[in-house]
Amino acid sequence: MRLLPLVAGLALLAGCAPTQSTPAGSGADDQTGTVRVWLFDEANRAPKEAAVKDAITEFKAAHQGVEVDVQWVPVEGRADKFSGAFNDPANAPDVAEFGNTDVSSYAATGALADLTGDLAAWPEGKDLIPTVLDTAKSGGQTYGLPWYTGVRALYYRTDVFTELGLKPPATLAELTEDARRIRAAKPDLYGIAVGGKYTYAMLPFLWANGGELARDNGGKWTSTIAGDQAKAGVTQYADLLKDDICPPAQCANLTGTQSVTAFAGGKAGMTIGGDFNRKAVERGAVQGKYAVVPIPGTTAGSIAPAFAGGNLLGVFKASKHRSLALQFVELLGGAKYQEKMYAAMGNLPTLSSVQQKLAANDPFLKPFVDTLKAGTKFVPATPAWSKIDSQNVLPTAVQQIATGGKDPAAALADAAAAMNKAFG
Amino acid sequence: MVTVQEAPSVTAPARRPRRKGDGRAAALYLAPAGILLAALLAYPIYQLVLISFYDYGQPQAAGNAPLVFLGFANYADLLSQAQFWTVLGKTVGFAAACVVGSLVVGTGLAVLASRVRSLPRMLLFLAALGAWSTPAIAGSYVWLFLFDTDFGLVNEVLSGLGLPFEHHSWTFGTLGAFGLVAAEVIWCSFPFVLVTMYAGIKGVPDEVLEAASLDGASTWRTTWTIVLPMVRPLLMIATVQSIIWDFKVFTQIYVMTNGGGVAGRNLVLNVYAYQQAFAGQEYGLGSAIGVVMTLLLLSVTGLYVRAQRRSAAWL
Repeated sequence: MRLLPLVAGLALLAGCAPTQSTPAGSGADDQTGTVRVWLFDEANRAPKEAAVKDAITEFKAAHQGVEVDVQWVPVEGRADKFSGAFNDPANAPDVAEFGNTDVSSYAATGALADLTGDLAAWPEGKDLIPTVLDTAKSGGQTYGLPWYTGVRALYYRTDVFTELGLKPPATLAELTEDARRIRAAKPDLYGIAVGGKYTYAMLPFLWANGGELARDNGGKWTSTIAGDQAKAGVTQYADLLKDDICPPAQCANLTGTQSVTAFAGGKAGMTIGGDFNRKAVERGAVQGKYAVVPIPGTTAGSIAPAFAGGNLLGVFKASKHRSLALQFVELLGGAKYQEKMYAAMGNLPTLSSVQQKLAANDPFLKPFVDTLKAGTKFVPATPAWSKIDSQNVLPTAVQQIATGGKDPAAALADAAAAMNKAFG
Repeated sequence: MVTVQEAPSVTAPARRPRRKGDGRAAALYLAPAGILLAALLAYPIYQLVLISFYDYGQPQAAGNAPLVFLGFANYADLLSQAQFWTVLGKTVGFAAACVVGSLVVGTGLAVLASRVRSLPRMLLFLAALGAWSTPAIAGSYVWLFLFDTDFGLVNEVLSGLGLPFEHHSWTFGTLGAFGLVAAEVIWCSFPFVLVTMYAGIKGVPDEVLEAASLDGASTWRTTWTIVLPMVRPLLMIATVQSIIWDFKVFTQIYVMTNGGGVAGRNLVLNVYAYQQAFAGQEYGLGSAIGVVMTLLLLSVTGLYVRAQRRSAAWL
């Protein structure tokens, strides 16, 4: 009698497998009905919503009997929302906005439509900046239209720099030196506000020193983070998290948003921030007292390769309105609405003609456009990246180096091992 | 005296031979609870165990990749990670500190509540219930504000008293961060102990205490040999509950140490499972951690209950 539950349990285990949903079908191409769209909710959504509403009006005027239903997805809750859509294709939207670092892991679920051919046939497609288009690719196929891009540059306090007689740094070594001098002269300020959890601020240091995150050997990735050049870059970044620049007790756990908040609140001489952080800084205590330059490279006059962040518009494979969905994506992602989205949210366009036009009129954009022109880089285009990111592999290494918990070689060897494990 | 004489007749029906149909009636009575438990507990645990034997990620869940049976590979992977053992050790230490802390604070305040007059008692209970009903996230943030490096009230007061706490970071050091979070956890979990133990102390019949004092027992003696044995079952419930709660702490660590502290040195098992497995959508490995945690908690609880039964007079 006692063995019965055990036997029954084993029989159940042997006989069953965990539940899986059926893979997404190929969908359909209805010309009427409702196109369901998921867009990210943002802190100040009203201008975004207004621009999208204009696009919907224009779209509905061109297509009889078509409705567009927009749902606002909170960025923090996106993983659950998208997992739900992948597991239940019947309830998935037709069109969705998503971050380019998520492309590979989303593509691996087979839920997104391959848009390679469609974007090649799209007249405005040739205007897309190639390095930005690359961030929408996984396994050689394009899964989304780059809607806007985000790159980071160096924000600095003009008043502090003038007072101390400093010039904007021309190299990364000078950046460290300036940061140290600011803190020495003004102990209330962080020389530069950066954080152990601010991976996208660390990556330019890694890349500028000639390092790479990983190498692709024909689909099989291997980590190169423990290489000498990568080590030099990560160490140079971790050296900013020291008592004489940005004390680890305060800075070791800062994220990107927190770093920018510290700068905006007047607590730092510099920070690394994106074009998308402009509004937060403008609203802060440093309004009118800051300027932006590209993050310098290791030699004077060079620009450190920045991480090309950004969001895409993709089409779900199970969509019942494939061409309508694609047409809506092309409308919202086209020149007209990219410009409107810039006016509404300050999003940097992905079409080079729009970018140039805007940069000519708005000097604030120049350092960001210069950074884009100098060439950007991206994280490894593999589903494993999401895992490496969520497991805090790189922040842990930076924090270990910054706090002296491990020496750079040991910390990065651990990080490389964790990355390789995720790559499989 | 009368009750003692009647006792045998009360237990008598149990010895009678079972009537036919008793089993069916019992089954019917138990069915609602049984169905609920099966649906809400047994089935999820069954799926959890099942998933822990597979390589099960988002592509597998969406049906876009074949299922691969791994056997115990997820468990082997987990148990071979040095970090898992470090985190497990820290979790045990952290939970133990929280359990002892909330039991001591809760019981101490329960004794206090049973001695004071009704107005201070009411104020004490109001304060405790306030802490108890504060959502974990809200509580964590309030504590973070209080202990903030630059703007926190605590640093302001301490440095105002001339102590070297200006710009002191409470969440940076490993022990400091664990201590701060443990204090918050104790703050929001002692009210349960307080209410339970207060009910227990109030449940001790006055006649017994009176008899003890007539026999000349000191307060200390009365507490140890009369009150404590009588409230022991309640104390046990409070302890087991606290072990289970404090072992599973997630929100407080996640919020207050920003996801596990600098370089992950303040990770506890639940946050570790979330970070390693669920955030990275490695549901197989995550389920394995879940199964290990369930087994650990079940065995701790089981051992404790058994020890309680065996040595009735451990106090």
